[in-house]
Formats: sequence, structure tokens, C-alpha cells
Amino acid sequence: MTTLSDPPAESFKLSMLVYDTRYRAITFQIIALIAFLTLVGWLANNTIQNLADLGKEPSFGFMFEPAGYDINQRLIDYSSQSSHLRAAFVGLLNTLLVAVLGCITATIVGVIVGVLRLSGNWLIARLMTVYVEMFRNVPVLMWIVLCMAILIESLPAPSAFRGDDPASTMKLFDSVAITNRGVYVPEPLFARGLGDISVFGAFDISLDLIAILLVLGGSIFVSRRIGKKADATQEATGIRPRTWHIRTGVLLLPVIVLLGLLGFHFGYPELKGFNFAGGTHMRNSLIALWLALSLYTAAFIAEIVRAGILAISSGQSEAAAALGLRSNRIMSLVILPQALRVIIPPLISQYLNLTKNSSLAIAVGYMDITGTLMGITLNQTGRELETVLLGMLVYLAISLSISSVMNLYNNRVKLVER
Amino acid sequence: MSNTHADTVLFVRDTMLPQEEPPSSTVGPVGWAKTNLFSGWANTLLTILSILFVAFLLQRLLPWFIAPTWHADSLSECREIFVGIARHHEGACWGVIRDRWQQLMFGFYPSELYWRPILALLLLLVALGPVLFAHLVPSRVMIFSVIYPFILPWLLWGGTVWVSVVTLAGFAVGYGVYKLALRAVPDGFAVIIAAFGTIIWWLYLTGPIANGLASVLPLALEPVASRQFGGFMLSVTIGVVAIACSLPIGIVLALGRRSDLPLVKWLCVGFIEFIRGVPLITLLFVASVLLNIFLPPGTNFDIILRVMIMTTLFASAYMAEVIRGGLAALPKGQYEGADSLGLDYWQAQRLIIMPQALKISIPGIVSTFIGVFKDTTLVSIIGLLDPLGLATAIRADTDWNGIYWELFLFIGVVFFLFCFSMSRYSMYLERKLQTGHR
Repeated sequence: MTTLSDPPAESFKLSMLVYDTRYRAITFQIIALIAFLTLVGWLANNTIQNLADLGKEPSFGFMFEPAGYDINQRLIDYSSQSSHLRAAFVGLLNTLLVAVLGCITATIVGVIVGVLRLSGNWLIARLMTVYVEMFRNVPVLMWIVLCMAILIESLPAPSAFRGDDPASTMKLFDSVAITNRGVYVPEPLFARGLGDISVFGAFDISLDLIAILLVLGGSIFVSRRIGKKADATQEATGIRPRTWHIRTGVLLLPVIVLLGLLGFHFGYPELKGFNFAGGTHMRNSLIALWLALSLYTAAFIAEIVRAGILAISSGQSEAAAALGLRSNRIMSLVILPQALRVIIPPLISQYLNLTKNSSLAIAVGYMDITGTLMGITLNQTGRELETVLLGMLVYLAISLSISSVMNLYNNRVKLVER
Repeated sequence: MSNTHADTVLFVRDTMLPQEEPPSSTVGPVGWAKTNLFSGWANTLLTILSILFVAFLLQRLLPWFIAPTWHADSLSECREIFVGIARHHEGACWGVIRDRWQQLMFGFYPSELYWRPILALLLLLVALGPVLFAHLVPSRVMIFSVIYPFILPWLLWGGTVWVSVVTLAGFAVGYGVYKLALRAVPDGFAVIIAAFGTIIWWLYLTGPIANGLASVLPLALEPVASRQFGGFMLSVTIGVVAIACSLPIGIVLALGRRSDLPLVKWLCVGFIEFIRGVPLITLLFVASVLLNIFLPPGTNFDIILRVMIMTTLFASAYMAEVIRGGLAALPKGQYEGADSLGLDYWQAQRLIIMPQALKISIPGIVSTFIGVFKDTTLVSIIGLLDPLGLATAIRADTDWNGIYWELFLFIGVVFFLFCFSMSRYSMYLERKLQTGHR
């Protein structure tokens, strides 16, 4: 008979910190902690010493002082008397503007190119390959600078539009002026506008826009209800009632009526003096950045889409074909819903890349957060530490929020595995 | 019964018909075009549109491209040439490339010393040989690959050779300390102690020893200042250094992120996510304005070195994620197999895990390389004269004011050649290392 007994209780010896695998992990972590704290302490110590030598005290008080510089591209009210904080906020909005515009365009172009690259048409597939390889293998900064150079050097100056026999004319029934100072497009105006509402006293939001969005949201809701009801009728009787005319009416009529009530009209750009006046002025820097970022990112998105579609086994499309679906129905009903699961995670990281790449705006003078906070504010106040750290935190916050929102979506569409 | 067959059937063929040629519309160029270009009305329309597009592009581009402007010395001279041959539209002004290609390649590096960057590039190819084409090059060349990173700065910056030699000796010192420490403590601790020894050697002993040796035996090349660096030489230098240094750091970070030790894990996660969350340009701002504030008072080292440090940190965070993907893709059985053989952590990593994980991550590693190389152009924003920075300078020159297509075409083509060959190489490597596991 063997008797079971507890192993003899060992007394803890110091050498066990080194030789005993149970305790070694703790030792390693303590060493890592000490090394890390030493490094941080060393850096902090140096920083304090250096700042003291320079006579600067780290503080964020300068953010509330008047900025004293102008920002030509802005979405909210700003003047040179506004604070550095507001300048940074204007920059942040500009960053988000170009990021959102870029993401939308890049997705559209990327999906089209990615699908066309797989097309059976040899010539189209080759052309798309050329596009993808051309954009993927050349730095995005070069595309941005090149777009800017093309816009500035090759487009006509506003003076070319002057005279009885002008060298260039406005496009699209005299509504769009494409010049080397930017593109002027018609701006929406309201004769009987509702005015603005001030949010936290910081910036104004147009009540007209809110009203239009509310009405549009209501219309979409009603339209979807009609669609659901049609679905129910179809389920019950097998005959789908004709609803498209009602749905179109529900979608369009209220908005048209509202626009009429508000006195909606377009303000067209006109040549006045040396430049165009009226209309919305899209600056070259915005267009160059938007164009270059979306074309560059679209090349990557095209590859992601292509890989996603190729990842769906051919059995799926063969089975769909056996059911008698045509090729575009196979794509939209069978392949794409499955491919999206493969496509979305890398797509998120491309959106993130585009947002981070928008910081290259500084190369063409677009005033995003890098240009305002880490550019002019840094130079004017000499607060390198605070501005660069703040800028990094802003980008970090943007990146983390995009990735978390997209991860939520990703979790929702994720295939539930057995 | 079987005989009835002959009676009921009047004729039985007893020879095979010769094979017919397939219909001429399904084979040869016609058949190919029919299946690949004109397989339906939509495809036909697309094909015709693309042919028109390509034709339009060629008709516009070819005359532009073959402009006889190679010897022009300024943009106005180009224009005179076009007036002389009475062209109705302008062509390319290639004179700018002839005039400035050396600058685009080497920046303001002294022209009598061009042999040094060229030699460095050739040696780089030799050093990459055993890494890229392991089966063709004897493995002894690998030693050269290891010491190449120390030859490179000496060749490019010049000065005494002893700094490189003594820095290299740091590894020997580290190895010696490791062997000594192994007698007293287990493996992991010995590594830590050796790392400490090496760092102390580099921080405190390298300078004095190198100076001492240089005063005894000055083996020096003519020094070149960092502000003379530029062009593709600068891009390649920053790219190669960042890529070479980021791989080991990335491996360490990836292992740290998968570690069982929570503290180590969270430190690595924090570092990786921070670096990946901010744009490279902010890190370059840190390099240009902040790094000196973080370091001991009076430290003021070279801007190119500072940029290299930040680019390396940036690249290693991305590298870590790629390698982590490779580690995660390995089946669990590999780890358990290593454990069951009685290998310790580092042995298992070195002999079993890493060779496979790195192989899986090759496509990702190469695309990180390509990304880093492309991102080296960002240094033009903080004022270094990489090809894009030089392009801005050239366009501001009165001779070439208003030129852009030719310059950017040249720069773009060189970048394309580098990056495209890297991506093709990675495909080749992927095929070669494919050992049929799937």
C-alpha cells in the first residue's frame, strides 16, 4: 500500500526566484517593471531638466490664447482672434472632412476596381492591374504632391474666364468653375432660412440642415414600413403589391415641399474682379488631398475586395449557378454577403490608414490638425512638447474610435462557428 | 440472341471517324478574343471603351514622351525647341532629368565620393544574397550580412572605422557576458545581464575606446555631413536601416505581446497600439523637435539618425503585428510538441516556432518593408532632401519653374521599380517556401 501524503512543505528560499519556474515569472516581471520605470523616469527627468534650461514650464494655458493666424479652409466660424484650441478644432474637423470624403470615394472606386480585376474581360482586368500596381508601389506623398502640381499648373487661371472671347468657360451649364485656385461649385442657399442654432456656444449648426435631415429620416422610415408591409402581403398571398411609386413619392415629396417652403435655390459662382465670388470654393489643397488619398487607398481596397471574393470557394458560385441564378445575382446574393466577412477587417485598417495619411495634408497646405496644432500653433507658441503630444492623442483617439466602432460591426456580421 | 444483331441492323460502322478540327471560332486568336474580350454585349462595350481609352492615352502620351529635349538646360529652352519644330502641343522636357538626376540619386553628396554610396549599394546586394537566395549563396556569406549594417554608416558618413568596429565588438562583449553569466544564473537571466552589458558598452565605453584606437591607427574616410545626404540614397539608407532593425525588435515585441506575463504583455500592447494609432509624420515631428528634449541635456545628434530611430520604432510596431499573425496561425500542436520534447521557451522559439511563424508571415513582412520604404518620403516634410524634397527644390529653381510631370514620372518609376520587385520577390519566396501543408 502506498500512502498518499502531501509533498513536504518547502520553505521559500531566495534562490527559488531564479530557479523555480513558479516564481521566475514574477522575477521577470519585476525586472521588466524596474527597467520600464527607470526608462520613463530617465526620460521624464531629462525632459524636466531640458525644459527648465529653456525656461519653459509645461502647461496647456497657451491653448486659450488668441491664435493670431488665419485658416482659409474651415467648416465652423473662426477668425484670427479665436483661441489656439478653436484653431485645433477647426483643423480636427478638416481632418475628419477629408477622411470621410476619402473613405467614401476610395470604397466606391476600390470595390469597382476589385470586381473588374476579376472580370472575364482580359483587357479590363489588365488595365485594372496596371492601376492597382501603379498606385500601390509609389508613395502616397508623391501622388498628393503630383495632384497638387497638376491642379495648380495645368488648370486655367480665373483671368482666363474674363473677356468676350474667354480662353476657358465654366462647365455644366455655367455652374462649375474649375480654376487653378480651386473649384467653385454652386452652393445651396435658403431664401427663408430658419437660421442657426448655437451648440454649447462653440459652433453653429444650420437649422435648415437639421430640418431636412429630420424630414428625410421620417420619409425613409415610412418608406421602409411600406416595404415591410409589401413583404408581408407577398408572404401571405404570393403576390407583391406595386409600391415603388408610393415609396418614391414618400421619399421625395416631403423634402421637395420643405425645400420649397425654405426658398431653396443655388448660389452660382460668378467672376468678380480677379477671382470668382459666390458658390462654394473647394480649395486645390482639399481636392488634391482627397483625390490622391482616395485613389491610393482604392488600390489597396481593390486588392482586399479581390482577395475576399477569391476566398469564397468556387462551389458556392457553382451551386448558385445550378439554382439558375444569373451572374450579377450570384454576386449580390451569394458571393458578396460571404466575402464581406473576409473583406471588412482589412477594410477597417485601410480606413485607418487613410485617416492617418491625411496628416500629409501639411505637404500641400491643407489646414488639418497637423497643419494647425502641430504646424502653426507649434511655431508660434514654441510649445513643442504640448502640441505634438496633444496631436498624437487626437490621432490616437480617432484611430481607437474608428477601430472600436468597426470591430462592433465586425462582431455583428461574424460567422457563428460551430 | 446475339446473332440477331447482324440481321436486324443493316450497317455497323467498324472504324472511328477521324477527329474534326474544333470550330475555327473557338480556337486560336479568334477564339481567345471571343471568350476573353467579346463574350457578351456588356463585355464587348467594355472592351471597345478600354481600347478607345488606351488608344487616346497612347496618342496623347507618345508624342509627349519622345520629345527631343534631352539637352535642354531650362524649361524656356525646351519651349524654344518646340517652337523650332513647330509642334502644336508641348512635349516632355527631359533636360531636367539629365541636369538633375545625380542630385535626385545622391542629393548633395560630393560627386568625387559617389563611389561610396554605389559601393554600399553593391555590398547591400551581396549582404542580401544569403537572405534572399539562401539556396544559391554559400551560408558563410551570412557573416557579411551581419556586419554589413556596421559597414554601411562608415562608408556613407566616412570618419574613422573604429566607431563601427567597437560598436560591432559590443555583440562580442554581450556574448562573453552571456557565457559568463550562464555559469551563475539560468538562461533568461543571462540574456538580460548580457543585454545590460552590451548597452553599457555602447553607451559609455564605445566613444573613448574608438577615440583611443583612432589616435593610434587612424583608418578614416573623408567625412560627409548629414545635410549633404539626399535623394534616393537617403531613402534607401533610412529604409534599409529601419527594415533591418525593425525585424528583431518586431519579433521581440510580438513574443512579448503573446507572453504569459501580464506586465510584459501590456507594455508591448501599449507600445504597439500607440505607434500604430498615430501617423508617422507625428513621430517624425518628435524626431525633429522633441527627441532632444527627452535626452540628457547637451545631447544633440544627427537629424538623420533621429529619423532612423523613429522610423525603426514605427516599422517594428507594424512588424510585431505581422509576426504575431504568423505566431497565431501556427497550430497549437507545434507548441505542445516543443514542450513534449523538453525544450525550454527560447529553444522552442528558435528551433520550432520562429522558423515556421516567419515563413507564414513573409508576405506581411515584405509588404511592411514596402510600406516603410515608401514612407521614407515623409522625411521631406521635416526638411530632409529625399527625392520629393529635392523635387520641390528643383521646381522652385528659376530654370525649371513649372515642371512637374517629368520629375514625378522619374521619381515614381524608380520607386515603382524598387517596390514592385520587392513584391514580386515575396511572391517567389512564398512559392519556394510552400512545403505543401495545405
